[in-house]
Amino acid sequence: MNADESKFLAGADAVATASAVKSGKITARAVVTAALERIADRDQTLNCFTAITAESAIAAAEKIDNSIARHENPGPLAGVPFAVKNLFDVGGITTLAGSKINADNPPATQDAAAVARLKQAGAILLGTLNMDEYAYGFVTENSHYGPTRNPRDTARIAGGSSGGSAAAVAAGLVPFTLGSDTNGSIRVPAALCGVFGFKPTYGRLSRAGAYLFSSSLDCVGPFGRSIRDMALLYDILQGPDDRDPVCTQRPPELCSPQLNQGIAGLRIAVADGYFATGAEPEAMAAVEIVAKALTNALNCGMEIGKITTNPPIIGGLETVSIPESDRARAAAFIITACEGANLHLDNLRSRPLDFDPATRDRFLAGTLIPATWYVQAQRFRQWYRDRIRAIFQHTDIILAPATPIAAPEIGVEKMVIAGQEILVRPNLGLFTQPLSFIGLPVLCVPVQRPGALPLGVQIIGAPYSEAVILRVAAVLESQGIICAESI
Amino acid sequence: MINIEEYVDRTSELINLPLDPEHRPGVVVNFERIAEIAQLVTEFPLPHEIEAAPVFQP
Repeated sequence: MNADESKFLAGADAVATASAVKSGKITARAVVTAALERIADRDQTLNCFTAITAESAIAAAEKIDNSIARHENPGPLAGVPFAVKNLFDVGGITTLAGSKINADNPPATQDAAAVARLKQAGAILLGTLNMDEYAYGFVTENSHYGPTRNPRDTARIAGGSSGGSAAAVAAGLVPFTLGSDTNGSIRVPAALCGVFGFKPTYGRLSRAGAYLFSSSLDCVGPFGRSIRDMALLYDILQGPDDRDPVCTQRPPELCSPQLNQGIAGLRIAVADGYFATGAEPEAMAAVEIVAKALTNALNCGMEIGKITTNPPIIGGLETVSIPESDRARAAAFIITACEGANLHLDNLRSRPLDFDPATRDRFLAGTLIPATWYVQAQRFRQWYRDRIRAIFQHTDIILAPATPIAAPEIGVEKMVIAGQEILVRPNLGLFTQPLSFIGLPVLCVPVQRPGALPLGVQIIGAPYSEAVILRVAAVLESQGIICAESI
Repeated sequence: MINIEEYVDRTSELINLPLDPEHRPGVVVNFERIAEIAQLVTEFPLPHEIEAAPVFQP
């Protein structure tokens, strides 16, 4: 492989990679070999991978190459390398979910539904990725498997809990990965590493074979470096699944064909109040950059008289208040602590010393939550959902920051936000938690800043409006406002 | 004034969860945090007709 091909593969998205493979420009085997070399070269520093499946990946690549030689259709992701957070079942590998305890389990007997669908589409699994233990954290500083380092600055965290998934894409090790999001575990690391991270509507994608954390909130979703990849991956991952009791029976809605429909007529607003006050100014500045670009796109071609008469507030867009979002976050916190603790109760009784010290005391405390707090939190969830349903009667898209700050340094326990010193671990999810609480689809898009760390902006839609979210992101990407430029 | 330490000791006994003396202070600190956060939820008046959905439909 020449240097140009290597450079192309390190920066290419999944669509470009598959296209090169299908057209015969490059073999799947060469693509996989190059990705394995990048991992060998960089992962000792970054610590994204906890298992590398080189042998089966090469074998899968040869199968793809053979099917192309026979003029068969190898699938839309032909020869595209990918990796998954180590809470996804991969046949033949023990599902760690970031823990030492689960390392004693036998290997998984079959792939998680999401992994199987991606392989069916021609993608090639290269391994599994580091995370916070049992997904309980926003930092991926795992005491058993070490911290995952942020490729933009290796002294800093990648975010979590899907930290390995975000960092592997940001470093160009693989074009896309899978993660999971309960309170922000896709959106927080996507924001801190500067890549795209998509948490679809609760129940939209099958979680079968993904190790649960808090079933009331858990979602799975992709990380990637382009909007067309996000749309394609989401399209491939959709579909009902009896193995996941919350997976929707709705028919899939393909987003890729809708990507270039533009945003004319969409009602886009910026979240104020809770979402605008607890952030460092730089986080709101990122939202404003996105808001301004969308204002220009919305006004493009409109006569002046037709432009909204209401006073614009942030980046030219109207603002919207989502009431009681601090209580929504609190309720999500209670539900997560309670369900997560219950899931691990047996091990908390019998082998507490084998837990990561960063999660152990939180899990132990979670077992003691009175039932009435939990039920009240679940009931509040319906109340909050109804308020947001009302907002979506007159709004299509809401913008909010993804994290209150850019990536903190590894090992730092406290951060200062708006003059207040607060804990890093629970508070990086300040802006993500109220939204996943009611299952909204959210795409975290990266805003790159010259000489500074990236920041993420959440593009939030009504339930099942993934296509609209992706159309908005496609406009921003086409204008160069958002991108996941690999370093 | 609620005695969180007492609550942690009695409730962990009730659910048969032995607490290592080394872990106990951390559990108490975490439960204090949870109790503070829970107040935001429990103090908010909800209409009686609001129910929790067994399978959540967004």
